[in-house]
Amino acid sequence: MIAEYSKLSAMDIIKGLRDKSFSAVEICESALSLAESKGRELNAFITLTHDKAFAQAREIDRKIHHNEDIGPLGGVPIALKDNICYTDCPTTCASHILDKFIPPYDSTCATRLISAGGIIIGKTNMDEFAMGSSNENSYYGPVINPIGNNLVPGGSSGGSASAVAAGIVPIAFGSETGGSVRQPAAFCGIYGLKPSYGGISRYGLAAFASSMDQIGSFARNIKDLSLAYRIVCGRDENDSTSVAFAHPDYPDLLESERKFQIGIPREFFLEGLDKEAGKQIDNAIKLFQKDGHTIKEISLPNSPLAIAIYYIIAVAEASSNLARYDGVKYGLRIKDDDLINMYDKTRNLGFGSEVKRRIILGTYVLSAGYYDAYYFKAQQVRELLKRDFETVFKDVDMVLTPTSPTAAFKIGERIDDPLAMYLSDIYTAPANLAGIPAVSIPCGAVSDGRPVGLQLMAKAFDELSLFQIASRFAKLGE
Amino acid sequence: MPITKDDILKIASLARLELSAGELEKIHKDLVQIISYIEQIQKVNTDGIMPSSQFIKAENVFREDIVKPSLPREKALSNAPDTDGEYFKVPKVL
Repeated sequence: MIAEYSKLSAMDIIKGLRDKSFSAVEICESALSLAESKGRELNAFITLTHDKAFAQAREIDRKIHHNEDIGPLGGVPIALKDNICYTDCPTTCASHILDKFIPPYDSTCATRLISAGGIIIGKTNMDEFAMGSSNENSYYGPVINPIGNNLVPGGSSGGSASAVAAGIVPIAFGSETGGSVRQPAAFCGIYGLKPSYGGISRYGLAAFASSMDQIGSFARNIKDLSLAYRIVCGRDENDSTSVAFAHPDYPDLLESERKFQIGIPREFFLEGLDKEAGKQIDNAIKLFQKDGHTIKEISLPNSPLAIAIYYIIAVAEASSNLARYDGVKYGLRIKDDDLINMYDKTRNLGFGSEVKRRIILGTYVLSAGYYDAYYFKAQQVRELLKRDFETVFKDVDMVLTPTSPTAAFKIGERIDDPLAMYLSDIYTAPANLAGIPAVSIPCGAVSDGRPVGLQLMAKAFDELSLFQIASRFAKLGE
Repeated sequence: MPITKDDILKIASLARLELSAGELEKIHKDLVQIISYIEQIQKVNTDGIMPSSQFIKAENVFREDIVKPSLPREKALSNAPDTDGEYFKVPKVL
């Protein structure tokens, strides 16, 4: 085990490998041994990919030995959420219905990480099919927040957040539909990015709600977070929703003297926001003001409807996307002589209760007689919410809010109350509905030590401003 | 009119889900609560608003019609619960 491994950033690892302070195989051993000890305690991983990881690490060491280029992520251990395909390694989406599914191809995200020299050490636990806000909906059991006290890590990308916060990997990838990267980043006290819709190819990401799904990343500092995004972003011919955008080299552009116009939407600071968490956000606003940024009170009048809109559109799309799990092409099959009975039994046993609840609600809101009142109406209100953001971005560069109304809650606390669980995404869902980028950055803690996350949202494809303001905030806090 | 248990059974059958009595009870209770929450969008005035479904300026993407290698049959079938070596096998339909 390399000394202080769990404190090393991706940048530290890259430098250490180039200086020959340690080898890629030693780094890989450290990551996997922590994943087996600490990772098991936290239940952060579903599968560890030893063989492929060590083969890649040996190849990096060979390249270093021959003075060859090891790539911008050369030798850095990475974890992928278990809904992102990685060839020949099980990809379960934390669902029983994907039992024994082994993808015969790589997601574009995995392909780009590997070609940049990254070392994928495992697949992380998650809420089943990314449906959940606490990582308690996994067929493989709940993930624990490394902060302790039996707290949830948030969800749905709880395993990836937990693995990064515990120092098992410096960078991990998750996915977002309504806050599934930012909310766990906030609960675990780390950085999380939900990129612009179209920012990262979704080829090889299991679909949940296609008009919102995005791959996102976690890290313990802003430079690693921006590096992770830089490696995987950009147009991919295998995903027609990925956008051709000339992404700048984010990690090199973090230091900036820019003074930003920051909007504070009053709707995000009303009832529901925990007082202590709110105080941390207020302190941050004061710090930004002192640093010369302009703070403006703004309004996003339709944002309080975000969860209502989200839970119509997301479940409608999910009911359609999850129709593919039928016991025929891959995964679980419960045998029956009758085809329809086989479907019914396989899907009933294969899906967990939250997934079934959403498939049924989604089928309901799309059914004849209800479509106009729910799905069509929700899409209209979504358009109004999108216009709220367009209006606001004429005036300000970014919008600042808390990431979640409260800090991490206890395992079991909300599992029997789906609506209370859904409401922990009330501040994150608007960015998914509007397709804009957002980050969650660490912003102090409440009095018992649970971390608070601060969210910043910007115009589509202005991730650069988010990285720059986050980098500035980290400096202000020092 | 609140959603009934019969509605749920009908929808579940359309979605190919066979719910147990206990599951039906719980899902019914949850859905009544969730639907009454999402109802709040009804009060928004959306006259003349076009529904939005996507946020990128999607354009047709054209490419040359060149045949490239695709997933070999053996790999495509490798995850199937049942095959005859060439096709997916399902219980008798007719």
